[in-house]
Amino acid sequence: MIDNYILAPVFIHLFSAILQLIAWRKTVTQRVISIVGSLMGVILSAQLFSKVYKGGILTMNASNWDSPFGIVFVADLLSTTLVLITSIAALAVSIFSATGISRQRMLYGYFPIFHFLVMGLNGAFLTGDIFNLYVWFEVIIISSFVLMTLGGRKTQLEGAVKYMAMNILASTFFLTGIAILYGITGSLNMADLAIRVKLIENQSLIGITSCFFLIGFGIKSAVFPLYYWLPSSYHTPPSAVAATFGGLLTKVGIYAIIRVFSLIFVPDDFTKNLLMVLAILTIITGSLGALIKINIRRLFSYLIVCHIGFMIGGIAMFTKIALMGTIFYLIHDILVKTNMFLIAGLIRQIRGTMNMASLGGIYAQYPKISLLIAIVLFSLVGIPPLSGFWPKLYLFEASFTNNQYAFAGALIFGSFVTLYTIAKMWSEVFWKDVPESVVVENNFEPMPLFKKTLLVLPIGLLASVTLYVGLNAEVIIILVGKIADQLISTQPYIEAVMGK
Amino acid sequence: MELLLIILIGLLYGSGVYLILRRSMVKLLLGIMLLGSGANLLIFLLGGITKGKPPVIDEKAKLFQDTFADPIPQALILTAIVISFALTAFAIVLLKRVYALVDSDDLDDLNTNEEEDI
Amino acid sequence: MKSPILQTATKYLLPILLLFSFFLLLRGHYYPGGGFVGGLVASIAFVLHSFANGTEATMKILKHKPLSLIPVGLSLSALSMVAPMMFGLPPMTGLWLEEPIPVIGMIGSSLFFDLGVYLVVIGVVLTILFTIALNNEEESK
Repeated sequence: MIDNYILAPVFIHLFSAILQLIAWRKTVTQRVISIVGSLMGVILSAQLFSKVYKGGILTMNASNWDSPFGIVFVADLLSTTLVLITSIAALAVSIFSATGISRQRMLYGYFPIFHFLVMGLNGAFLTGDIFNLYVWFEVIIISSFVLMTLGGRKTQLEGAVKYMAMNILASTFFLTGIAILYGITGSLNMADLAIRVKLIENQSLIGITSCFFLIGFGIKSAVFPLYYWLPSSYHTPPSAVAATFGGLLTKVGIYAIIRVFSLIFVPDDFTKNLLMVLAILTIITGSLGALIKINIRRLFSYLIVCHIGFMIGGIAMFTKIALMGTIFYLIHDILVKTNMFLIAGLIRQIRGTMNMASLGGIYAQYPKISLLIAIVLFSLVGIPPLSGFWPKLYLFEASFTNNQYAFAGALIFGSFVTLYTIAKMWSEVFWKDVPESVVVENNFEPMPLFKKTLLVLPIGLLASVTLYVGLNAEVIIILVGKIADQLISTQPYIEAVMGK
Repeated sequence: MELLLIILIGLLYGSGVYLILRRSMVKLLLGIMLLGSGANLLIFLLGGITKGKPPVIDEKAKLFQDTFADPIPQALILTAIVISFALTAFAIVLLKRVYALVDSDDLDDLNTNEEEDI
Repeated sequence: MKSPILQTATKYLLPILLLFSFFLLLRGHYYPGGGFVGGLVASIAFVLHSFANGTEATMKILKHKPLSLIPVGLSLSALSMVAPMMFGLPPMTGLWLEEPIPVIGMIGSSLFFDLGVYLVVIGVVLTILFTIALNNEEESK
């Protein structure tokens, strides 16, 4: 079905960015525009989601060119769900940024760039054209470069160099893959590619091409052995920025892997085994890294890597149950990881540091906030009935029915390490008293109530969405079941784009 | 023509990868630029090189009577060039800043210890 | 590096190049040209001026910061992108006036889109180049 309004979540962020550029250096106006724009983004994407949930896949042919000749935008259940979750996370980050980002950074244009980034994310989810996906990826990485370097402390720039080099390299791989794919098939439309790739006789060539995409997306989503740029750069920018990066950017890579490997290159045994090995090694190396870190954000960065492995493993098995687990984990991970970095930012405001050795006593001082944070930490670990538990259950079931016992073992190992590191962090940061040698600089206490609310509200917002996802799991499971069906039988997608 | 382009693409990719593996930041940047140019030429090559007219077709024509060049690779390359222009400009400014702060061109010097973090 | 030959030449080249860039912009719909190339030519005109007379002098003839061109161009492009949605067409569809206008030719929404691109390109290129140039001048002082 054709619907011309599916790009509304993209346009709303474009227009908020433009309005903020017009209000250059007026930081108060920018903050208001940002929050209002993100709120409208949530409303519009919720509308889009309900339209797609009730009415099936929607498409839009840009410039009225019929597919496969023009650029087509497709809103299926997977993309609209991710747009909705992204918009919620973006709203939380934009509320947090209103006080969590220094005025200096706002003057350099933090807010417009943030909205360009969210626009790029939404565009990447909604596009149905592989080259257009590349363009949206570039929009994302250029904005993320600027966000990463804004402010220009030494560690930040050091992280930015690594981040920049690896991400440009990933884009080059992606572009090379697109070039070869276009050379082989003569099309860029993903639905059209899905038809044409199956007709190619030389399937091993297709396999090699798919490796270019795997490397490109693998760098972006931090898969072993290409993840090392992530822990060496994500701890450097301000926490609101790190929240956007940690929560959303790696997940676009996962989305791209799911989309490309379900639609265009349907995984054969070789790809499945490759993905499975990568998933297991990602989980193990990521969790080993997390074990030794004493800085909260470095710890979280390694946990991101570890949990990316869970999702890759689900894609590797490629059965309905496994994909349900992956998609559910994706939804859970975006919400929780964004929140974790926001929490790190809050801890920094309260104690002036993020080093676990010199933190402590937060539970005694702020019991209510600590309990709120505890909900998030419990869902990350996956205590039933919170949101981290359900996807793991599905992944376990899938790994046993597919005889992937190594993955089941890695899953257990990864979950236990997550539990251990989070428990360690809880006792170090919240229970232990502040070490006597440390002078606490509490920026949070002297703030007026309004600013305090702006810092705690987004954490509460994301935590309540996480709670909803966990406690209302039966609704979410129906949703992810439908998504998994759409991913396995791609005929409705192709028909929606190409016409019958 | 194809053979020439293939050799050129191979050279660009090879030297790009070699430069990226060096430790100097400037060479890293040059390597990335070479890889980008290689990818652009690859699109050009794989799009099929045909000697033909520009793909603007008369309104009344119902059939293709001439050979027309494929316009899509050019559109893709133009987009990729614009993007790599922006990325390169940004990377130059970033590397200049880093050089001013760290006072070294060596990528190995970009490591602040975990203990010095905030 | 101040050469009187270059300075005199740019005095005449600047308007000619700007005119040429506008020609490229208007020509762009069916022939080689368009907003991006036009914008690059226009910004090269200013860069040439800054080579001859120094960056400060170019900033002076521009009156406004080149950065302020970006929101103007972006909003022009974005509005012409969503304008077809008012008529029930998909975004970015070309809307055209029936009759051509002398000199300019056909007027449509894609012309405004190109004009927006033109302004954004000038803004971005000049901002980047001036930032690098001013940094270098400060360091060499």
